[in-house]
Amino acid sequence: MQDLIRRYGLGLTGLMCLIVAFWLLMLVIIPNITLFESSFRPYLPVTEIGGPRDTYSFDNYLKVFDGSIETTFLGIPITVPVHVMTFFLTIWYSVVVTVICFALAYPIAYYMAKIVNPRSLPTILLLLFVPLWVSEVLRAFAWWIILAFKGPLNSLLLFIGAIDKPVRWITDYDAVMIGLVYTYILFMLFPLYNAISSLDTNQIEAAEDLGAPWWKIHWRIVLPHAKPGVASGSVMVFMLSAGSLLVPSILGSTTSQWFTQTIQQWMNDALDWNTASAYAFLLLFLCTLFVSVVMWIFRVKLSDIAK
Amino acid sequence: MSAGIDLENVSCDFGTFRAVDHANVSIKPGEFFSFLGPSGCGKTTILRMVSGFIEPTQGVIRIGGKDMRGQRPNQRPTALIFQNLALFPLMSIWENIAFGLEVRGVDKATRRAKAEELLRLVDLPGAADKMVSQLSGGQKQRVAIARALAVEPQVMLLDEPLSALDLKLRQHMRAELRAIQKRTGVTFIYITHDQGEALAMSDRVGVMSHGRIQQIADPRDIYNNPVNGFVASFVGENNVFEGDLGAVSDGMATLSTPHGQFRARINAGVSGKGVKLYVRPEHTIISAAAPPENGVHGTVHEVSFEGAFIAVHAVSDSGMKMVAELRNDGSQVVPAIGDQVWMGFDAQRAAILPDADTKR
Amino acid sequence: MHKLRQNLAHLYMAAFLIYLLIPLAVMAGAAFNDSRLPSIVPWKGTTGRWFVELAADERMWVAFRNTILVALAVAVLAVIVGTAAAILINSISGRMRSVIYGLMISTILIPGAVIGISTLLMWNKLGVPPGLHLSVLGQVSYIAAMVMLLVLARLQSFDAALEEAALDLGASHAQVMRRILLPHLYPAIGAGAAVAFFQSIENFNVTQFTRGGADTLTVYVFSKVRAGITPTINALAVIMIGITIVAAILYEVRRRRIERLMARGAEE
Repeated sequence: MQDLIRRYGLGLTGLMCLIVAFWLLMLVIIPNITLFESSFRPYLPVTEIGGPRDTYSFDNYLKVFDGSIETTFLGIPITVPVHVMTFFLTIWYSVVVTVICFALAYPIAYYMAKIVNPRSLPTILLLLFVPLWVSEVLRAFAWWIILAFKGPLNSLLLFIGAIDKPVRWITDYDAVMIGLVYTYILFMLFPLYNAISSLDTNQIEAAEDLGAPWWKIHWRIVLPHAKPGVASGSVMVFMLSAGSLLVPSILGSTTSQWFTQTIQQWMNDALDWNTASAYAFLLLFLCTLFVSVVMWIFRVKLSDIAK
Repeated sequence: MSAGIDLENVSCDFGTFRAVDHANVSIKPGEFFSFLGPSGCGKTTILRMVSGFIEPTQGVIRIGGKDMRGQRPNQRPTALIFQNLALFPLMSIWENIAFGLEVRGVDKATRRAKAEELLRLVDLPGAADKMVSQLSGGQKQRVAIARALAVEPQVMLLDEPLSALDLKLRQHMRAELRAIQKRTGVTFIYITHDQGEALAMSDRVGVMSHGRIQQIADPRDIYNNPVNGFVASFVGENNVFEGDLGAVSDGMATLSTPHGQFRARINAGVSGKGVKLYVRPEHTIISAAAPPENGVHGTVHEVSFEGAFIAVHAVSDSGMKMVAELRNDGSQVVPAIGDQVWMGFDAQRAAILPDADTKR
Repeated sequence: MHKLRQNLAHLYMAAFLIYLLIPLAVMAGAAFNDSRLPSIVPWKGTTGRWFVELAADERMWVAFRNTILVALAVAVLAVIVGTAAAILINSISGRMRSVIYGLMISTILIPGAVIGISTLLMWNKLGVPPGLHLSVLGQVSYIAAMVMLLVLARLQSFDAALEEAALDLGASHAQVMRRILLPHLYPAIGAGAAVAFFQSIENFNVTQFTRGGADTLTVYVFSKVRAGITPTINALAVIMIGITIVAAILYEVRRRRIERLMARGAEE
């Protein structure tokens, strides 16, 4: 702080502190505190707010356990509350999306960092950036067109004879996953690419020279070096997927439900902002917890992620 | 226009570390004054206190007799030349030079004219519209000087500005800096760890160690009459004998060492056992016969030709390594490796000195 | 063997690029198909009528204007906040720094729905009704962090001695900021503004919860997709992809020119 005043004077330093304080307090901390506080209060008509029934309780959180459905887990039939089910499926499918993104993006990242001729790299980056800049809603919409029952994918597969009757793609969570992978894979690719390109190529060549097979080079040399990139990409893809509203809404089927959709129903359909707050807080809290645990297991820090 | 600088009992602490400890120095207007010392000795801290980037923990700094307390860098009549020069990379050469005038609200035509004038002064005419990245190291140096001169400072502060240059250019720039200083008459305070630079350019030198100014004197005195062992060994080479002090009289003393008994000048404040005697290699005489006093017998084990002089390395019979430098003018017989020789020195040319002044 | 692997790698890269670009091509193609359903099969003839219909859609134009206004506001605010935050973070250290830095970064990871709802709730309590102004504030809350990261990266290459040199030459703090620090940061600030602008255009989650009744393009497209659509959306997509490609090419051309200039500068 002393340093800051010396460099920029009292006035400018004060102004900058004020701006940052506005951001962190008014746009981040206080809204989240408000969210947290509202989540414990009942949804009441305007006239009763502040009245005797306006007391703190866990009621909004307990709504998660309302209404159960039958399902099977590892072949064992169990009864699970609908919203709990939705939440776990959201987390589960987000993890699957993250893993798929990693599997698809890793070879590309390695290719861009170590194999491709550096002269064509700017062109590749440019081509990659085009879909990144196209709006998420349009990208989901593009897949809605492609995956339609009478759409181009089925036409193509029928034409080349891979299938003999059209496949219903937009069913269960299938299309949602296809859409999420497509939408967020670049958030995996770029951190991976950054991490791998900072690896000294001599290390790979040294390992090759010492007779390591290609998979061992990746497992022992490249991956450990790229760990912050893997963590960064995975956290981004996971959080974006779990928090996505557009893709599940556009590519979801009658049997798919994403937790954000549930929140939106409380918010915009039931107009129960308090329960929506409770659910939103649950989403934030449990996702953060999940990410923290995974990061702890892999020994990565938050500061590694923002590189 | 130039001003003198006075430091009175100036100290500076960084946490528990005392970077500068009770510095007292009075620099005259128009003087070229150097602070010389190893890195971490506090010389840069002194410079930053004079320029106003650091406030002293205690003591008073006066520039032109005026107390500088509370005066920010942009209010002081000083101009600093940074170690890395800190030229603004996004501005052209003339914009760099005229920046100080620009922030003072001087109109563009005047600024341009002043920049051209200064570029002539530093011998870089025609460089006005180039960018910083197009200049060589030496040219950047001159631009930095011109930029500092543009604000007509009373004091110029130079923080090892030559350290990034190669040897040849560095020697050339020494002369150049000295000439510019004489031409402008501005007080120069120069920071360096290079004794050659300090001795060649300065009117006076302040040698520093551990935050304390060890000695302030003109370059000749610093070299010939160092006040303590630190100054003697930082400024130049020495053969050093350690031993116990014997009789002292008339500023001369005897020292008993494992290598023999020696007589030399003695400085005040030296007493007891384990004191050191310093003698320069060029004052060490090599002869075939034993000298009347201060002689050590030994064997030559290396002779290296250094151009202007020849360094003779020998090991005394008692096992001490010594160096003698002979002028390469044919006036002296150069011994060969393996020769048995006597090495000696004139008692007036050797001194028994205290260690560095590090007291708190 | 090595050669084979190399070729496989090239092939995979090509396949990946096709995978990324084909959906956009399909979507663009459907804009010119004279069919009521947005698709490229069956092809019922080439037409430009979806563009005409799009241009006649009053609601689209309102949404378009809203989107641009919101994006401009977000870009301006996020650049100011992000730059101030980067300068602040860059000159503090220790525990304080990691706490504040962590808080700033975490905003990027907060799900949009949470940001949207929390923003709406707080300002609603303060008596501010929902609307696009809240969308702006909600979007700034995380986009500012992106700008901050960009500016911070640029600040790392800044030599603080330049500030001292300027101060020493008599510049005021404001002059140091305007003439020395900000010019150095301009590339990052420009990139930050572009990122903020495009992020804002893309944003759905925060906007959806805070917008009140107002439309932005993303919300408009979303509601059209859900309500059974005509290929006017594809026409809109073609225009947006077109703008993106033109912007990307302009950026690339500029970058290459700067690179050439730098290379030439280094030779002299």
